[in-house]
Amino acid sequence: MTFTYEIEGGNFSRAGTASSDIKKALKQLDLDYTIIKRVVVSLYEAEVNIVAHARRGTLTADIDPDRIVMVLDDQGPGIPDIDAAMTAGFSTASSRVREMGFGAGMGLPNIKKNADSLNIQSTVGVGTRLEIVVNF
Amino acid sequence: MTVKDLIQALELKVFSGEQGLENEIQGGYTSDLLSDVMGHCNQNDVWVTLQTHRNIMAIASLRDLAAIVIVKDLEPEPEAINKSNQENIPILGTALGAFEISGKIYELLKKKV
Repeated sequence: MTFTYEIEGGNFSRAGTASSDIKKALKQLDLDYTIIKRVVVSLYEAEVNIVAHARRGTLTADIDPDRIVMVLDDQGPGIPDIDAAMTAGFSTASSRVREMGFGAGMGLPNIKKNADSLNIQSTVGVGTRLEIVVNF
Repeated sequence: MTVKDLIQALELKVFSGEQGLENEIQGGYTSDLLSDVMGHCNQNDVWVTLQTHRNIMAIASLRDLAAIVIVKDLEPEPEAINKSNQENIPILGTALGAFEISGKIYELLKKKV
């Protein structure tokens, strides 16, 4: 099963739509709740990152019998220092984003904690690609 | 304890999501940082926050929370109310601050265990 979504930068009212659909699909598979939770937490954080930082992005989620692979590709500022971005508490979010309770520097660490593997490739001024895998 | 029990015990206001008043509450979490809640709350928690925008409902729905309590007489935005009604996850309100209401909820939940 493959799902594809367009994610619009800056549109917080749509943030979480893809995560919600993927959650529904996973619930049909009779997976352990902990697995669904780990997928949902990591995917939601990745979605919000695109909304908060990028101009636009796409999500492709492939659900296989034994795992889900989520690839999020965005057109945006890129991440100059991935190690810094992975540090809990580090954030470059705007004050508007922070007022909403996002931008606490917990997004990427949350993804890393919940995913079985996280691969980040980023080019400054071009965009960022995340590949997140959760095994069932 | 159900959401309805909590409302009666603490005289909470019900903004929306009345279809979810029988949701069972098993615990609670208090935080205004969405990623913190996303990463650390538990299923069937009641969530205490001062955030009022629509994304609180995305968190509540994705993590299967029992209800949200908005503190300090703040009111949820219309988009949050709509989503709460669709998802049957009540948004409640109190005049109290997060510290006080969390303490009261904690006491109630402790008695039930």
